[in-house]
Amino acid sequence: MEIRDDMEKKGRIVKVAGPLVVAENMTGSKMFDVVYVSEKRLMGEIIELKGDLASIQVYEETGGIGVGEPVYLTRKPLTVELGPGIIESIYDGIQRPLNIIYEKVGDFITRGVHLPALDREKKWEFEPLVQKGDIVAPGDYLGFVQETTLIKHYIMVPPGISGKVKDIRKGNFTVEEVVAVIETQHGDTEISMIQRWPVRTPRPYVEKLAPNTSLFTGQRVIDMFFPIAKGGTACVPGPFGSGKTVIQHQLAKWADAEVIVYIGCGERGNEMTDVLLEFPELVDPKSGEPLMKRTILIANTSNMPVAAREASVYTGVTIGEYFRDMGYSVAIMADSTSRWAEAMREISGRLEEMPGEEGYPAYLGARIASFYERAGLVKCLSGKNLSGQNDRIGALSIIGAVSPPGGDLSDPVVQATLRVVKVFWSLEDQLAYRRHFPAISWLNSYSLYIENISEYVKKNVATDYFDLQTEAMRILEEEAELEEIVRLVGIDALSSQDRLTLLAARMIREDFLHQNAFHEVDTYSSVEKQYKMINTIIYFYNKARDYLQLGADIKAIENMKVRDRIARMKYVPQSELNRIDDIKKEIDTEMSSLIEE
Amino acid sequence: MLKEYRGVSNITGPLMLIEGVEGAKYEELVEIILPDGSKRKGRVLEVERDKALVQVFEGTTGVDIDKTRVRFLGRGIEMYLSPDILGKVFTGLGTPRTENDKIIPEKRLDINGAPINPYARDYPTEFIQTGISAIDGLNTLVRGQKLPIFSGSGLPHNRIAAQIARQSTVLGEKEAFAVVFVAIGITFEEAEYFISDFRKTGAIERAVLILNLADDPAIERIATPRVGLTCAEYLAFEKDMHVLVILTDMTNYCEALKEVSAARKEVPGRRGYPGYLYTDLATIYERAGRIKGKKGSITLIPVLTMPEDDKTHPIPDLTGYITEGQIILSRSLYKKKVSPPIDVLPSLSRLKDKGIGKGKTREDHADLFNQLYAAYARGKEVQELSAILGEAALTEMDKLYSRFAEEFEARYVSQGEYENRSIENTLDLGWKLLSMFPREELKRVRDEYLDKYWTKFRREREEIEEEKGKVVAGGEYVMEREGV
Repeated sequence: MEIRDDMEKKGRIVKVAGPLVVAENMTGSKMFDVVYVSEKRLMGEIIELKGDLASIQVYEETGGIGVGEPVYLTRKPLTVELGPGIIESIYDGIQRPLNIIYEKVGDFITRGVHLPALDREKKWEFEPLVQKGDIVAPGDYLGFVQETTLIKHYIMVPPGISGKVKDIRKGNFTVEEVVAVIETQHGDTEISMIQRWPVRTPRPYVEKLAPNTSLFTGQRVIDMFFPIAKGGTACVPGPFGSGKTVIQHQLAKWADAEVIVYIGCGERGNEMTDVLLEFPELVDPKSGEPLMKRTILIANTSNMPVAAREASVYTGVTIGEYFRDMGYSVAIMADSTSRWAEAMREISGRLEEMPGEEGYPAYLGARIASFYERAGLVKCLSGKNLSGQNDRIGALSIIGAVSPPGGDLSDPVVQATLRVVKVFWSLEDQLAYRRHFPAISWLNSYSLYIENISEYVKKNVATDYFDLQTEAMRILEEEAELEEIVRLVGIDALSSQDRLTLLAARMIREDFLHQNAFHEVDTYSSVEKQYKMINTIIYFYNKARDYLQLGADIKAIENMKVRDRIARMKYVPQSELNRIDDIKKEIDTEMSSLIEE
Repeated sequence: MLKEYRGVSNITGPLMLIEGVEGAKYEELVEIILPDGSKRKGRVLEVERDKALVQVFEGTTGVDIDKTRVRFLGRGIEMYLSPDILGKVFTGLGTPRTENDKIIPEKRLDINGAPINPYARDYPTEFIQTGISAIDGLNTLVRGQKLPIFSGSGLPHNRIAAQIARQSTVLGEKEAFAVVFVAIGITFEEAEYFISDFRKTGAIERAVLILNLADDPAIERIATPRVGLTCAEYLAFEKDMHVLVILTDMTNYCEALKEVSAARKEVPGRRGYPGYLYTDLATIYERAGRIKGKKGSITLIPVLTMPEDDKTHPIPDLTGYITEGQIILSRSLYKKKVSPPIDVLPSLSRLKDKGIGKGKTREDHADLFNQLYAAYARGKEVQELSAILGEAALTEMDKLYSRFAEEFEARYVSQGEYENRSIENTLDLGWKLLSMFPREELKRVRDEYLDKYWTKFRREREEIEEEKGKVVAGGEYVMEREGV
């Protein structure tokens, strides 16, 4: 938000309680208008109106603010700036650029700093895609800027404007300079590369479609067992130490989306630093470019003002929608939505609203649902047939971490989230204690997208992909039952067949599901590799079952040498995947030697 | 000239409401002058029109409505600072405890500080050797980390904290180092233990002590950790020192916060603690860290006693969500005479991955860690199983794991209070224990390290066992002779 000198000075503060300020003489202002509080010009947003009193949630610390100080009105809702320069940025919850704040004011965030989100000086090379005289409608491409090596930043006709292109300019421009003039019914409109959009309003699209392609993440337990679709929603609840953040980081690194928005909402400062330092070093497996070239970070860490934390998820999702509208597949990681909910609870408490469950406001469920509903696979806003441009499809996927107290899934935030999301990755501390990472429970988690994406996977990966998954799941479920029996009567009481099931389950768990995020090869597993790995394990299981019937000894099978090679499949680099195919032959030879003996 | 007010209209618990006030600011420091002339300090919690709600740090005993006067000081609570604070003792509000502790201030800073810009942070990667195997080997501490100790009443958390303060070094470096010790509502005896330990080792010269003891005003505790961290920020980011901050016991801090919240009649979150406990704790813990281009660092070790040893209690739970891992102490290990009783399985250091490995500790550290951890976890599982089914149900391999878990607790986790193990020793000790397994069992270690380390320690073990074997065989021989 820009700060201007001609802002209307109107209100007068009558109450200050933490991040909540109440001002009088505020008639005429609207809900969710942005205001500036006191001469320090702290940014805030109106969240309640009573007569001429307005309650304002202030995005900065309110220490030292007192009764009688002025409130300045902008009469505009909280908006974000969208345009070239946004990729690779790190913003706080209200889109202030943290890197520039660091350069301007130093190591600590001081109050009343107002800086534009996008660089006003930098020139971008604008390449037009339309010609004079073309008819354009909202969402149509006017041209593009090659923002980073990975992202072509399309400049689109803003919503609400359509007409004939009167002028279009090629060359180097700043974000505020005019690149096109459109002749509309209400006169000529000048278009620059910057757009502003209110964060609490979803950006428009033509229609939503049912998700039908996979968002591959390179994480075996996710892609194979509980996949998420492009345009889908997922949540990762778990107690502390179960690896929520590592999973979010892994997805931000390896998910095959084109743009990543990572929202650090009320979490640790060092985690954001980690991303900032690591992402420029990591290379996208598809393009070979640094991952940072497709990433935007929103960092409102736990010690930063709580009201800005409330805004941070909206800021992130709006930026995501903007890139979705260009036809990209965007993935948003929100870590953690519990901190967002807590920020709502704190503000609600200060407003003295009647609390719902655990002190959370009664509208918690509605807010969570409407946030996740901004995800989706959409037909982008684009004037079809008018200008001859093709219909674009964009996708926005949202993956939210939830941090329930004590890992208790009956927590209101978890429950409200589960009601709306389609994928549930349940993290268990018992698995984390055993250092089984990712600690996603294979018994409790689910994905409702398997139906949607099965066509796509069959066509692009393998026809029996989900058959193998079903078989592997059956083995794991059987293991859970057998373990009960083992606990009661010991392993010797089991039949050879059952012992083989236990062995296969152990192989699936240790040699397939277990994945080391810090190992240079294992951190990312392509979907072909995943398929080959599970295929080999199931092949081993089926062969062993046949040989058991032919009279092989289960103990001999348990001690087969080839098991070591199977265990090391995960460390086979992408370029040598045929080494995994060879294992089958080895299984055959070693199995047949079991019988001869 | 500051105005004095008489309009105290309401006193409840630690709070007082003053009416007819002009221009009071939120978070402003307030001086309260009692009828007998004594002074107390308070802080504005809320201002509304001509009313100000003030929280009195020293409690409201003796405050009356008619005669008590109040003065608003126009600033927040500030700490007076200079390099001379080293070796001095301050109260929980940051005032000198005795005449000797007075300093000539070079500057004063608001104790609330300001949030570090996440972009300005530097990622903590420097390994700190604490000399405690269970920490160095498995829950490695790095400079700029915040790693709490989750303890219970009656467990030796203070001794571990003191041992860390005494032994911590960064390998191969001699740099300015300081300790800020913050006592929050602990007993005189506990505080004295630390002070005498610092005195014995000479650490007192480079320590700042902030003491709010059990009989000091409870509400003051809300300011105490912030006073300590303000000292730490000054020493670390302005005087280039590496500062270790010990906050003990954070549970008392949270109780004070709860008391104020209850007096304000706020809607409580879980178990009566205020809904903003997470945010409030974060403003304390997140002050630890490193800053780009600055030499100094703040490493934070908060100690907290979990009520009923319950890890899901809001205090440890919210702390664990903010800090970068946790060291959990276990009562059952303590009863088994394992000391320090660090419960390795649920303990965690989130920053260890960047602080270990080649050039920092040793190349094999990460793999060794994973293997030790996995083997110990399996050993504990087997022990549980054998408690239900009896030892007969165990396979040979299970028995080996069970033995490993026992030895691991007795030799690796257990160590003397003054035993300072180098990281080399700690790592070798891990290999010594792992060498009891056949090579195929050690799946989490890369082949190259197995070749290099396992082979060596396995040979040693076999030699020792051979020796033992001879002795045993010899013994039997003697017995046979005697029998004859």
